[in-house]
Amino acid sequence: MHTALLIAGKDLRQRIRDRSAILLAFVVPFVLAAIFGLTLHDVGNGTVTFSFALVDQDHGPAARAFVANVLAPVEKQGLAHVRTEPTLAQGRKDADSGKVAATFVIPAGFSAAVASGGPAEVRVLGNVDEGIGSLVAHSLAQSYAGGVDGVRVAVAATGPQNPADARRLAALAGAAPRAVTIADVSTTRKELDPGTFYAAGMAVFFLFFTVQFGVVSILDERRDGTLARMFAAPIPRSAVLVGKLLTSVVLGIVSMTVLAFATHFVLGAHWGSPLGVAILIVCGVLAATAVMALVATLAKTPEQAGAWGSMVALVLAMLGGSFFSVAQAGGVIAALSLLTPHAWFLRGLGDLAGGAGAGAVLGPAAAILAFAVVTGGIALTRMGRLIEP
Amino acid sequence: MNDSVLSCTGLRKRFGDVQAVNGISFRIAAGETYGLLGPNGAGKTTTISIVCGLLEPDAGAVEVAGAPMTTRSVAAKAAIGYVPQDLAIYPDLTAAENLRFFARLYGIPSAQARERVAEVLEVVGLADRGDDQAQTYSGGMKRRLNIGIGLLHRPRLLVLDEPTVGVDPQSRNAILESVERLAGEGMAVLYTTHYMEEAERLCDRIGIVDLGELEAEGTRAELVALVGHHDRVLLQGVGDLDAGAHACAELEAVRAASVRDGAIELIVDNAREVLVELLQTAAAAGVAVGGVEMDEPDLEAVFLHLTGKALRD
Repeated sequence: MHTALLIAGKDLRQRIRDRSAILLAFVVPFVLAAIFGLTLHDVGNGTVTFSFALVDQDHGPAARAFVANVLAPVEKQGLAHVRTEPTLAQGRKDADSGKVAATFVIPAGFSAAVASGGPAEVRVLGNVDEGIGSLVAHSLAQSYAGGVDGVRVAVAATGPQNPADARRLAALAGAAPRAVTIADVSTTRKELDPGTFYAAGMAVFFLFFTVQFGVVSILDERRDGTLARMFAAPIPRSAVLVGKLLTSVVLGIVSMTVLAFATHFVLGAHWGSPLGVAILIVCGVLAATAVMALVATLAKTPEQAGAWGSMVALVLAMLGGSFFSVAQAGGVIAALSLLTPHAWFLRGLGDLAGGAGAGAVLGPAAAILAFAVVTGGIALTRMGRLIEP
Repeated sequence: MNDSVLSCTGLRKRFGDVQAVNGISFRIAAGETYGLLGPNGAGKTTTISIVCGLLEPDAGAVEVAGAPMTTRSVAAKAAIGYVPQDLAIYPDLTAAENLRFFARLYGIPSAQARERVAEVLEVVGLADRGDDQAQTYSGGMKRRLNIGIGLLHRPRLLVLDEPTVGVDPQSRNAILESVERLAGEGMAVLYTTHYMEEAERLCDRIGIVDLGELEAEGTRAELVALVGHHDRVLLQGVGDLDAGAHACAELEAVRAASVRDGAIELIVDNAREVLVELLQTAAAAGVAVGGVEMDEPDLEAVFLHLTGKALRD
């Protein structure tokens, strides 16, 4: 073990001097987490306020219904501020200049068109630099259009009537509570806020690159002749392997721990119970080391191992939901994501985010360890070729 | 030879269809420098790899300081200082860090390792640059560090695999001087090269390797004797040249003597051994010798004679 520690110490010293390793292990994941987290942090917390403008050229009942049933509630919730503009030109100017994220335009004749069943539209003029705000405006308009369609279906279903009956029925249908409303599909206690999600997602994604610096460096040493030199020394060859694996594990744990602290104190990420997080980090690091060890045993050169390792890291991260939640995709993708340590890592953090104690992560931790055992087991059967000079 | 530091017996190693080493045997005594001379691909590096426990031979045995060598040996490996052909150093570590790491790998305790590192830095002439990263060194400095690592644990056998390849003349000379000094201190040295001049300068005995086989071994003189050639000595001078030639011809080592173009031309068995006697004899016969030329068969000729091809083919 002394020899393995010696080799790991030498490797770590080299890594500390290698600025690219520092960048990849600490700086890049932190910066990306900050960018993603800060961009979406306010949305997730419901504290963002979008500015919209409204140009009402109709002034009819349907226009008033749009304002009362769609815009007023979001204003009341503090999600949007709506200013009324007298002309289309002014509304367009507001959107173009960025004064508002989007302008709703209700054209003249809109209410009449709705009542007669003719084509009617609410136009949304979005600001190109306010992608999210524009999308929200489109969604609001879309929800209103969906409601109007529902009323039309209801009216049509009652058969031919006189206009007065139709208006009365439409008013009734429009005012009736929705039979089906969409609730939040995830339970609140398992939902990570965007800041924490991206901090953890980026950390676990880059973890797979970070651990490469340990186990894959055995291929570098073979190419550079230093591996043969070590094998000429009076040490067991397995000590070299253990030293390299140890380097990966130490690098992984240090990188994840630093990122957890940094994102917590700087970006406000909420990782949850320290013990639970520590369990998840250790298991995640073991899984990452195991899979990268497997990659190293399959590759012939360090360059090949680096390329293959990057591909594996990217695919696992995409599938495991490091960049966006794949659980919503459902079906095969959601099922496949459970084969990745990333998904279980984030799931474990979700449990902790809900206020659960460290015990809650034992299930996800066991799943991550199972991944480590399977990939590490395969790697072990092939590691003999790594310790040939 | 009971005082052998290294004993190789019947080494064989095959890689696929290539028989890289085919029955090589040799011994090296303490303080002896043994050269393995042969062209690229002759099997020198494979032999070295087996000697150092990097490769298991298909057949044969290696003993280092009385301990059997395998890829798992500890005692035998501890007795060897291995200097590989290519630079095997960590460029992002300083020379001192490189040396300290390998010192600890060879089991030298931390405090002793510090002392030993300082000593080796002096020996290889890097004491003033020991705290600089190796990547800032010139090629020659890197080579010296490469050799220094092999000296750390004061090995009984130093194995140098073509240590001067790609080295400038000044550094090359420094390396050769170091090897001469170490051998003088009693270290056994196994030195592979395809440079004839290095083998002639350094080695007490030379093994000529080709196609994985040891074609011949012995001292330089013994190897040259295999060729059956004689040396030619030309004594340039003034005085009674005929008398000088006649007197020299009486010496046992002289095969023929004649006077030609104002010089005495002599064919002798071993010019280096009899040169002084020749000069004394000529002087005694009334010749004032102003210049000497010697032509003698070299290892290149020996190699050509044994293998039918030039050393650098």
